[in-house]
Amino acid sequence: MNSTLLTDNSEASLKKFLKTLAPVDAVGASARVEMLATRSIKTSSKNWAIDLAIRMVDLTTLEGADTPGKVKALCAKGVYPDPTDLSIPSVGAICVYNDMVKIAREALDNGGGKNIPVAAVTTAFPSGRASMEVKIQDTKDAIANGASEIDMVIDRGAFLAGNLGLVFDEIKAIKEICGKDVHLKVILETGELVTLDNVRKASYLAMLAGGDFIKTSTGKIAPAATAPVVYVMLEAVRDFYKLTGVRIGVKPAGGIRNTKDAMKQLVLVNEIAGPEWLDPSLFRIGASALLNDLLMQRMKMRDGYYASPNYVTLD
Amino acid sequence: MNKFEYAPAPESAALVDIKSQYGLFMNGKFIAAKAGKTFTTINPATEEVLAKIAYAELADVNLAVTSARNAFTKVWSKMPPAERGKYLFRIARILQERSREFAVLETLDNGKPIRETRDTDIPLAAAHFFYHAGWADKLSYAGHGANPKPYGVAAQIIPWNFPMLMLAWKIAPALATGNTVVLKPAETTPLTALLFAEVCQQAGLPAGVVNIITGDGATGSHLVNHPDVDKVAFTGSTGVGKAIAKAIAGTKKSATLELGGKGANIVFEDAAIDEAVEGIVNGIFFNQGHVCCAGSRLLIQENVQDEVLEKLKNRMNLIRIGNPMDKNTDLGAINSAAQLSRIKDLADSGDIEGAMRWSPNCTLPSSGFWYAPTIFTGVSQSHRIAREEIFGPVLSVLTFRTPQEAIDKANNTPYGLSAGVWSDKGSRILWTAKRLRAGVIWANTFNKFDPASPFGGYKESGWGREGGRHGLSGYLKGQY
Repeated sequence: MNSTLLTDNSEASLKKFLKTLAPVDAVGASARVEMLATRSIKTSSKNWAIDLAIRMVDLTTLEGADTPGKVKALCAKGVYPDPTDLSIPSVGAICVYNDMVKIAREALDNGGGKNIPVAAVTTAFPSGRASMEVKIQDTKDAIANGASEIDMVIDRGAFLAGNLGLVFDEIKAIKEICGKDVHLKVILETGELVTLDNVRKASYLAMLAGGDFIKTSTGKIAPAATAPVVYVMLEAVRDFYKLTGVRIGVKPAGGIRNTKDAMKQLVLVNEIAGPEWLDPSLFRIGASALLNDLLMQRMKMRDGYYASPNYVTLD
Repeated sequence: MNKFEYAPAPESAALVDIKSQYGLFMNGKFIAAKAGKTFTTINPATEEVLAKIAYAELADVNLAVTSARNAFTKVWSKMPPAERGKYLFRIARILQERSREFAVLETLDNGKPIRETRDTDIPLAAAHFFYHAGWADKLSYAGHGANPKPYGVAAQIIPWNFPMLMLAWKIAPALATGNTVVLKPAETTPLTALLFAEVCQQAGLPAGVVNIITGDGATGSHLVNHPDVDKVAFTGSTGVGKAIAKAIAGTKKSATLELGGKGANIVFEDAAIDEAVEGIVNGIFFNQGHVCCAGSRLLIQENVQDEVLEKLKNRMNLIRIGNPMDKNTDLGAINSAAQLSRIKDLADSGDIEGAMRWSPNCTLPSSGFWYAPTIFTGVSQSHRIAREEIFGPVLSVLTFRTPQEAIDKANNTPYGLSAGVWSDKGSRILWTAKRLRAGVIWANTFNKFDPASPFGGYKESGWGREGGRHGLSGYLKGQY
């Protein structure tokens, strides 16, 4: 991979490279995203963006109370978000815990969703506090059961303690297990990294180590995918592409609940990373409630009035 | 559609009721000019005529000053300060209530994007009235002695770049301190001032406390030279500012002048580059560069020049130029044909003197007055584009090697209104700010305004301060 131009994978060279990154000014970052939040998305562009957003949703259930029934229902919804309107595209992926992967895969295959990937959260999600053996086994299991996307968490403790080599090696090891065919999303858990400078550093760390996507959050920690955090990550993938010629994806997750939030995310993608990233292969939104709001807005655009929430299915 | 093109999202012009003809506002009423002369104001984005405006000559100016004098002696100077404050609070609230109307009218008359009038100009104008309303009954505690007195009649002349905001900067402190006002808006942008006159009526402001007269430079000259004017407040070009200073020399009149600028925006190697690029864009392309405190000279530390310029050009490719009424427009129309030709002339001198011009690929509308966002690299201190105020979306890029060189270049100008410093290092920001000769210095941001913060220039950028406690002194005879 071209990123070897930037470091030789040793912790020393990694730290040296990360030191070359410009700092982020939090006030300026907020000002920029606030300005972009005023973009007014109407009529034809709204229609287009809603369908794109649906295709980008990683429809997610990550609860202790998840059951096979719940996961199957989620898969059905992901394939045909609205059974009364088959022109609506399917979602980007179904995202579940390790032990639900097989159930999700079968439900999708049997329900017309052969092309929809199953994403599994692994590496002792959400805390990541487990031995490397456990994290590796967690990932192998998920892939063996049919996951074609892996959402791993980084070791935030190690990152904050300055053990960047450890964080790097873990990501690299998991990517090796994933190989070429399984997409690796690296969850930074930006709510625990706190500063935007840390977000920028962690983004580069994840990209250098071989992550295919960088993802904001587990959804278990607040704040999650705030606009300034997504802005910094989108800048990181844009600038990383300049350095290496490799396009890395971005996945905000947590807190994106309605169409307006999703539109704001797409505007950020369009104006920060660039229009090339406006594709489910390079941008996903981790969400559960968002899908129904997108569907309701879509109906409103089609019919000219807001329907009752009972016209979209619960799951 | 296979790209994220933002569909047109225009604000409705029908939100505001523009009359076909406007009179002069004095003694609480609109009246025709004595000689009946008029001029027109146009929408610079389309060149459509918006309204016919009364042209005030000497006789009209005399009437307006008399109206202000009468209101001062009979009503305003006798009113308890807390009552004055109530009127200002009332005006502030009406401005907020009618903010959408004001924003639309300002955009139509000025050409600036609706996003700016909606999010910046009008909210700030209301904030100035709120801020000064609070001062009205607390002037004894403003640091100008126990019982500071108003001057009397203030003659106020404002420019076309922020018509409503400049009106607020002028009228709010004048009224709060107990002065009465004759204000002349710029001839290309009189409409929001005339709508403000309606707000004064709506607020029940006593007749004659605020008088609005419309006209050109000759009207302004009559006003400045009127013997019964006690105070002159002017915002505009340094040339006119100098003429005003000469005209009032030897008279009892005092003056506040907010004049031109050629602000240096200094980017150090350790700056947060992406946010600095935002600040550069905001510094020169906000309001089409029609900003006296614009960061029109970019000073980049030479070792980060390539990175900054590459990112700046990428960012400039995203600037959305066009219909100012569209909520997604970033850069609107140039205010007038005259200003456009001045910008063209100065920018062309950049080509002739050997600087390198760059603009993003953009299509400019076929009618109206437009200028593409432009940067010149390879500019040296001796070029006209590094010395003269362009007052348009044209940025001159210079480089420096050491902090001291940055200071020397930044201060090497007859102006001294604003400057910006971009660095992640607090000590460097303070070191630099201490040495810059400018009235306002922004660190890691640009073009931030607040009514509590005094604004004004060094050297040829002006006399006095506006805003904050300091700004009150321009309208008070202090007892020290």
